[in-house]
Amino acid sequence: MSNTATETRSVVIERDISHPPEKLWRALTQPHLIEEWLMKNDFRPDVGHRFNLRGEWGGVLDCEVLVVETNRTLSYTWDFKHDDPLYGLKSVVTFTLTPTSTGAHLRMEQSGFRPDQKKAFGGAHAGWNQFFEKLDQVLAHAD
Amino acid sequence: MSKAQDTLFRTLADPTRRALFERLCREGEKTVGALTAKAGVSQPVVSKHLIVLKQAGLVRDRHEGRHTHYSAQLGALAPLIDWTSRMTGFWEARFDHLEDLLKRMDQ
Repeated sequence: MSNTATETRSVVIERDISHPPEKLWRALTQPHLIEEWLMKNDFRPDVGHRFNLRGEWGGVLDCEVLVVETNRTLSYTWDFKHDDPLYGLKSVVTFTLTPTSTGAHLRMEQSGFRPDQKKAFGGAHAGWNQFFEKLDQVLAHAD
Repeated sequence: MSKAQDTLFRTLADPTRRALFERLCREGEKTVGALTAKAGVSQPVVSKHLIVLKQAGLVRDRHEGRHTHYSAQLGALAPLIDWTSRMTGFWEARFDHLEDLLKRMDQ
């Protein structure tokens, strides 16, 4: 944790997928398919299109399409507004697809910044209920 | 999952223990007696849970006369709240779903 007011961090996930990039691209860009693996959405693969991702937990993410390079790169903003800075987040998600001999390599990078967490601990009591509700869900996946 | 996260999850997995910790978060410092009054379990059981919470760094005890006061250590939750580790878990799980979906798309 840092003491600066905001801080940029990244999450990078990489996977070799045994399916061609074209098929993976469909799963990343067709709303009914996105819903199956990610969240309910009103996505359209058009730069500048604003859409929402709606989580099962009731949270709504505000998104805007930034980059669409068919079968190669998809990028959109991934913002979560919340009164409690412990939960707020502004970030950008970028999926990069590379063909391989066995299918595709998928790289996802999420870079974001959020208000300092340490500062948020003090006045975060209202957020704890939500945190504990979520903990049960997280536990279900912990193993 | 890191060892610190693993310990926290295990510690907070028990509903009684979690309720005790949550109460200390919300209401501040309390004695074992005060916690027992609303816990729905006996004082020895409450004491046992508090020891486990203390071992995980989630509570701190302070002795005053014959009473021991317990308070929540919110900073101990940092490994769970750090968003990079949470988002990593989120995406790994989602990509498992994505791979399942890709398999189904063949059929």
